[in-house]
Amino acid sequence: MNQPVIDLSPKVSDEVRKTTCYMCACRCGINVHMKEGKVAYIEGNKDHPVNQGVLCAKGSAGIMQHNAPSRLKAPMKRVGPRGSGEFEEITWEEAYDIAVGILEPVRRDNPEKLAFFTGRDQSQSFTSLWAQGFGTPNYAAHGGFCSVNMAAAGIYTMGGAFWEFGQPDWDRTKMVMIFGVAEDHDSNPIKMGLGKVKARGAKVYGVNPIRSGYNAVADEWVGITPGTDGLFILSLVHELFKAGKLDLHYLAQWTNAPVLVNGDEKSEDFGLLMRDKDNKLLVIDRATSKPAAFDKKGVKPDLAGSQRVKGVTHRSVFQHMAEKYLDPQYAPEAVAAKTGISAERIKRIAAELADVAFNQAIEVKQSWTDFRGETHDKFVGRPVSFHAMRGISAHANGFQTCRALHMLQIILGTVETPGGMRFKPPYPKPPEAHPKPHCKVTPGQALDGPHLGFTHGPDDLALKEDGSPARIDKAFTWENPMSSHGMMHMVISNAHAGVPYKIDTLFMYMANMSWNSSMNTRGVIDMLTDKDENGDYVIPNIIYSDAYSSEMVSYADLILPDTTYLERHDCISLLDRPICEADAVADAIRWPVVEPDRDVKGFQSALCDLGARLGLPGFVNEDGSQKYQDYANYITNHIRRPGVGPLAGFRGNGDEHGRGESNPAQLDRYIENGGFWMEHVPEDAAFFKPWNMNYQDWAVKKSFFDKPMPYLFNLYVEPMRKFQLAAEGHGTRQPPDHLRERIKATMDPLPIWYANEDENKADEFPVTALTQRPMAMYHSWGSQNAWLRQIHGHNPLYVPTKIWEENNFSEGDWAKVTSPHGEITVPVAHQAALNENTIWTWNAIGKRKGAWALEEDAPETTKGFLLNHLIHELLPPKGDGLRWSNSDPITGQAAWFDLKVRVARADAPADMQTQPNIPAQTSPVGTGPKNLTWKLNK
Amino acid sequence: MTQLPAQTDKKLGLVIDLDTCVGCHACVVSCKGWNTENYGAALSDQNAYGKDPSGTFLNRVHSYEVQPDQGAAQTIHFPKSCLHCEDAPCVTVCPTGASYKRVEDGIVLVNESDCIGCGLCAWACPYGARELDQAEGVMKKCTLCVDRIYNENLPKEDRQPACVRTCPAGARHFGDLGDENSDVSILVKTRGGFDLMPEQGTKPVNKYLPPRPKDEQIDILAPLLEPVAAEPTGFLGWLDKTLEKL
Amino acid sequence: MHPAPSIIFFTVFSGLGFGMLAFMGLGKPDVSGFTAFIFFFIAYALAVGGLISSTFHLGNPQRALKAFSQWKTSWLSREGCLAVATLLVMGLYAIGIIFFNTRIGLLGLLGAILAFCTVIGTSMIYGQIKTVPRWHHWTTPLIYIGYAMTGGALMTGQLRIATAGLVTIGALQVVAWIIGDKRFAEEGSTIETATGLGTIGKVRMFEAPHSSKNYLMKEMVHVIGRKHARNLRIIGVLLVSLIPWALLMFFPFNHFMALLAVLAHVAGALTTRWLFFAEAEHTVGLYYGQR
Ligand SMILES: Nc1nc2c(c(=O)[nH]1)N[C@H]1C(S)=C(S)[C@@H](COP(=O)(O)OP(=O)(O)OC[C@H]3O[C@@H](n4cnc5c(=O)[nH]c(N)nc54)[C@H](O)[C@@H]3O)O[C@H]1N2
Ligand SMILES: Nc1nc2c(c(=O)[nH]1)N[C@H]1C(S)=C(S)[C@@H](COP(=O)(O)OP(=O)(O)OC[C@H]3O[C@@H](n4cnc5c(=O)[nH]c(N)nc54)[C@H](O)[C@@H]3O)O[C@H]1N2
Ligand code: SF4
Ligand code: SF4
Ligand code: SF4
Ligand code: SF4
Ligand code: SF4
Ligand SMILES: [Mo]
Repeated sequence: MNQPVIDLSPKVSDEVRKTTCYMCACRCGINVHMKEGKVAYIEGNKDHPVNQGVLCAKGSAGIMQHNAPSRLKAPMKRVGPRGSGEFEEITWEEAYDIAVGILEPVRRDNPEKLAFFTGRDQSQSFTSLWAQGFGTPNYAAHGGFCSVNMAAAGIYTMGGAFWEFGQPDWDRTKMVMIFGVAEDHDSNPIKMGLGKVKARGAKVYGVNPIRSGYNAVADEWVGITPGTDGLFILSLVHELFKAGKLDLHYLAQWTNAPVLVNGDEKSEDFGLLMRDKDNKLLVIDRATSKPAAFDKKGVKPDLAGSQRVKGVTHRSVFQHMAEKYLDPQYAPEAVAAKTGISAERIKRIAAELADVAFNQAIEVKQSWTDFRGETHDKFVGRPVSFHAMRGISAHANGFQTCRALHMLQIILGTVETPGGMRFKPPYPKPPEAHPKPHCKVTPGQALDGPHLGFTHGPDDLALKEDGSPARIDKAFTWENPMSSHGMMHMVISNAHAGVPYKIDTLFMYMANMSWNSSMNTRGVIDMLTDKDENGDYVIPNIIYSDAYSSEMVSYADLILPDTTYLERHDCISLLDRPICEADAVADAIRWPVVEPDRDVKGFQSALCDLGARLGLPGFVNEDGSQKYQDYANYITNHIRRPGVGPLAGFRGNGDEHGRGESNPAQLDRYIENGGFWMEHVPEDAAFFKPWNMNYQDWAVKKSFFDKPMPYLFNLYVEPMRKFQLAAEGHGTRQPPDHLRERIKATMDPLPIWYANEDENKADEFPVTALTQRPMAMYHSWGSQNAWLRQIHGHNPLYVPTKIWEENNFSEGDWAKVTSPHGEITVPVAHQAALNENTIWTWNAIGKRKGAWALEEDAPETTKGFLLNHLIHELLPPKGDGLRWSNSDPITGQAAWFDLKVRVARADAPADMQTQPNIPAQTSPVGTGPKNLTWKLNK
Repeated sequence: MTQLPAQTDKKLGLVIDLDTCVGCHACVVSCKGWNTENYGAALSDQNAYGKDPSGTFLNRVHSYEVQPDQGAAQTIHFPKSCLHCEDAPCVTVCPTGASYKRVEDGIVLVNESDCIGCGLCAWACPYGARELDQAEGVMKKCTLCVDRIYNENLPKEDRQPACVRTCPAGARHFGDLGDENSDVSILVKTRGGFDLMPEQGTKPVNKYLPPRPKDEQIDILAPLLEPVAAEPTGFLGWLDKTLEKL
Repeated sequence: MHPAPSIIFFTVFSGLGFGMLAFMGLGKPDVSGFTAFIFFFIAYALAVGGLISSTFHLGNPQRALKAFSQWKTSWLSREGCLAVATLLVMGLYAIGIIFFNTRIGLLGLLGAILAFCTVIGTSMIYGQIKTVPRWHHWTTPLIYIGYAMTGGALMTGQLRIATAGLVTIGALQVVAWIIGDKRFAEEGSTIETATGLGTIGKVRMFEAPHSSKNYLMKEMVHVIGRKHARNLRIIGVLLVSLIPWALLMFFPFNHFMALLAVLAHVAGALTTRWLFFAEAEHTVGLYYGQR
């Protein structure tokens, strides 16, 4: 047959430039294929530790993001009223002048009147340095409304959580249980991991009210009632305790289970852990039956230990645990109705966990030495692993639920063992190795230390002399004492209310705070545009940096336009959220694979300029000149601690890694190496890292810490007890009376569960409404992507069969959804594989008209919607005259998923558009072209 | 060229694992990216930033719900591109000879310079695997990345379809289904791979691996949870005994 | 299937045109000179107009010549070749009649057979499409032939044949609908076979792969309301068959009546042809949960 002759080996591109993806925070390595100096095609980098060649939908669509018509073109100053979107383009010089004109007096007189908050970018070690230099205590990134519960619970309990901290041992695990994850940050690695587990035919459990995505491939789906995971987990713990299916050796050796708890009810230290003269935790040594320091060579910590002194018995943490968790309130029969999981099923799952952990244990032959000086010839693995994310953390009981999950992992002895959950360097790190929050303001000077950190008791709270909150977001106060990531979701409402004080300037970066990242979107819009009696804006100045024409742009007075991710330098640093894998330490860069064709500037470079103009310490040389010409210059030359800079690879003359002088050619070396640096963890350091001296020594060499710091896992989190003690009346720093009971009840040093139903009025609003990340969309910014918006151009409200039938819904119908706070009218769709009291939709698909260079009748604006209109940053009034924050009482994590609603069939709105329908903003960039025929080299 | 070859030297195709596909659409977009820049006309988009956006894609991921007789409904993500059928009706209906099946490897292709854009082949395909590009007026379909799999400008390990290379979950496999010893053929055999709409008589080369049984109720592990003590107070006694043995 | 006007015009008018040509090839009506010219002109206008209309939906009509190459396998190609052959043969035949007042009977017969085959060719473009079970059936060629020949008879004034034809196609159309309504189920493709997931249980679409319509949905997934379809069927069969039949049977024949009958018939044919497409379900709809 005569077939056409085709070219089977066409030239793929002129050149490949390797950098790091930014379509989400997963930070995969990408090969950017260039033709005629333009971006032609993007694929995954096979050598990269994060994605090993694979790439998600967003990553592959990066070219459409990079070329999006919504890109901002130049700095802009607002000319219309706030929210109108009317701007005038200005030069960078003018922009800096305006910014300096606003910020200089603020810094001179009241640095705290600047609130500087950033979104999901990963240059926090840099932006926080800038804020520290400015002297304001009001800095944080988005973690507080995102998933601080998960991170903080992990760090306090065991020195790290999931994603950037750790991951299941995908290569060895025999059973993975995933709680409350739709997509997560660790997007590609989770999929790769699940793929490996599936290829082996190992079992995957998905615990989620919704069966989609990862939960769709799960071999078993546990369609739990939202907000009850803690109860389910504690019931598993109950069963495991009851049957003695616990890794007693692991608990005794590596955790504070054997540590004695002060049992003297009259003591100031009641409930605190007992220590010896050297301040070392005390255990009972089984060999001698005497108290001994936990880390003494040869000590055999006794889980059953107790000590009777002067008529008072001090019992081990483990005894407290046994007492607590054997209580019948956690029996499967007692929790079945609330969790929606039958008692039989809970028991079966507990049995399966025990079976895999103990009957199917694995071993990795390898000698290693623990911190007590004992040498072992193998790593024993309990091949059960877990992963969890916002489904359990974005609830007001999320911190304790996440703690419960970590406790479950620990009693099974799976953390840091083969087949279990493994930390990624530079984690694990004990909570004490993290900074504490700092908030001491001195006009005209730098803050006294880093803003964010971990509190270990009332002394660490960010309170002013008079006990009032030092921070605008009220982080680290009695309302949420352990709010390690700050509380970005409270900034605008507090600033608007002038509580705890008024601010002058809101400076934000890369967060769409007037839209999808705010609770109570309509209310926030009003706060941003509200004027006082003089006709001035209540929040006087708003400076914002975005790369695109987002909803938030229209609410700013001054816009600093950022580049796209392919046009700038960035570093993904060990000082921040590195890209390490369990077996490797790694960091990475972005670099301009194309130069911007607009008058835009990398935001960090703009901060270098602005920092210098404001004379911020760290940003000027001794002679007052600008210290870093741009971000690349900072990345190369900044020194954090001796020998430690933003990037760990290729230091000194290029062959020093971890520590070394700064290397002027460092970025080039990264580029040559594919945009990243990676070094493998030595085999004898691969597991049991918190206690493994082989790891500890290697970690010091690599700069993660300056001296070995082995530690015990904190099943019992003592700092929580310290807050309780204060609430009980001990100590000088005392909580306000209205918070005492809550602190006592919620800050239990051992994981507990409490319901969130009452304060969310579940009796009147019986259905939980959730959102999920679509895998092929990134929050609001995916909608400007011509390819991705064809996949998710609008979002229906998914309704379970029970509610579907109750309302007699059929396809094409609309529903009115009412919460204690608001009402939306939206199209519905049916899903059977859904918890019967849960409804949900895809997150952040709905758009404001005029944003993102979309046409005003785009489906995102007419059929898409946000659930955020129904969620308030405050809980419904309880009648006590106070408005309590819709947050976790411990960490301040925004409780997005506690949202309770009613659903009722509604007539389609007259204009066939979702309600509320917020009027259009003017697009500063126009709208995109009608049709696209994309091809280079044609 | 609308005659089908009596047989092809190889039967290259994809094996898609429905037990593993998480429905992430990565394969969809990487296919769009590669094929926009490569074989034939770019894959265009209409109303790219407006109402009713719609463009040409060669691979799409559907999602279904399946309700078994007993137990919870299941969600299954279902990627679909051309199945490179052995008895490809899309080829034989083509009036111009633009559609053809390659003798070497069985890949079904459209020679765009011959295509008049009549759409008949898309009608003939039971699976919806062909889309007429609205800007160029030619029929587009999965090429099995014929310009990658033999491409000497690509490193060896990259000579596989873009969608396979990118799939994060490893749910897509590429190989010769005509060779019964190939990895893909073995996978099909061991996992019970099946054809879509066999009743259409198209003899698809691509195969689908079924989802493994879900939500199985095994209860042989109950004895594992025998309480160590009848009363909670007995727990400490057990603990002491057990610690002694450690 | 999407009822594209260009395709409806193509099938209806080219059918009429070739139907006329078939009769004229057989010497009916036996006319010559200018009258013959008018008849041929109308027949050619319909046939060629229909063919031209069919190119309106082509993405690249400038390459239409290539469509004649694959007559060995492709019905579309065959149809094209047959149409051209018919037009050529009948052209010669017409020249003889119009200009030389000679009717070459054999040539006419050949032309008539070709015209008939062209109509079969047209019908088989649809009849061969297995993915549309309603079409993939013997009723499709019969309907096309029936319509073409009846229309041809009507246009060429073959009253006896026309009246018989009108009744026949009315009945045939009803039969085709009755059978057609069951065809999809009969052929056995379901969302379960389409996805292969039927072994697990009952399948339904949960989420489409794209949130707005794509080419496949616009082209092949056309949903028409049951009531709407029923009404159109009644109107269609009245117009295409019963009304013209009644006009011919019960009213004294005159040109006005004939014109009315033709107009009714053509309107009916357009209606039923619209339904032919609009009611045709393609298996791809299964993937979108349509059916
Ligand atoms: N593609 C894509 N990837 C992203 C993002 C994106 O926008 N798009 N965003 C990134 C960001 S900022 C974040 S924070 C992460 C978040 O990643 P995820 O943690 O996966 O967050 P969500 O998508 O909010 O999904 C929450 C999941 O928890 C479930 N859930 C809700 N309540 C409960 C409950 O009470 N119990 C249980 N067991 N499950 C529950 C929901 O059904 C949902 O599946 O994703 C990141 N990755
Ligand atoms: N209902 C509901 N709401 C939620 C959540 C939920 O689960 N449900 N999740 C919450 C969570 S966890 C998060 S993290 C937030 C996320 O919400 P946001 O942080 O607001 O996330 P995005 O929508 O991605 O917006 C970030 C902004 O960054 C801009 N941007 C993108 N790239 C760049 C760049 O390169 N430079 C600069 N300067 N700007 C850029 C975008 O244009 C956009 O305006 O949403 C929260 N909101
Ligand atoms: S997961 Fe996707 S979007 Fe995120 S960094 Fe990786 S490739 Fe990019
Ligand atoms: S899947 Fe469709 S397009 Fe592909 S070969 Fe088979 S019939 Fe042709
Ligand atoms: S659209 Fe092109 S490839 Fe398809 S049948 Fe027509 S000519 Fe052939
Ligand atoms: S093989 Fe190539 S053309 Fe076919 S679906 Fe995959 S990426 Fe697309
Ligand atoms: S890339 Fe893989 S996992 Fe994702 S949708 Fe495609 S086949 Fe499924
Ligand atoms: Mo987040």
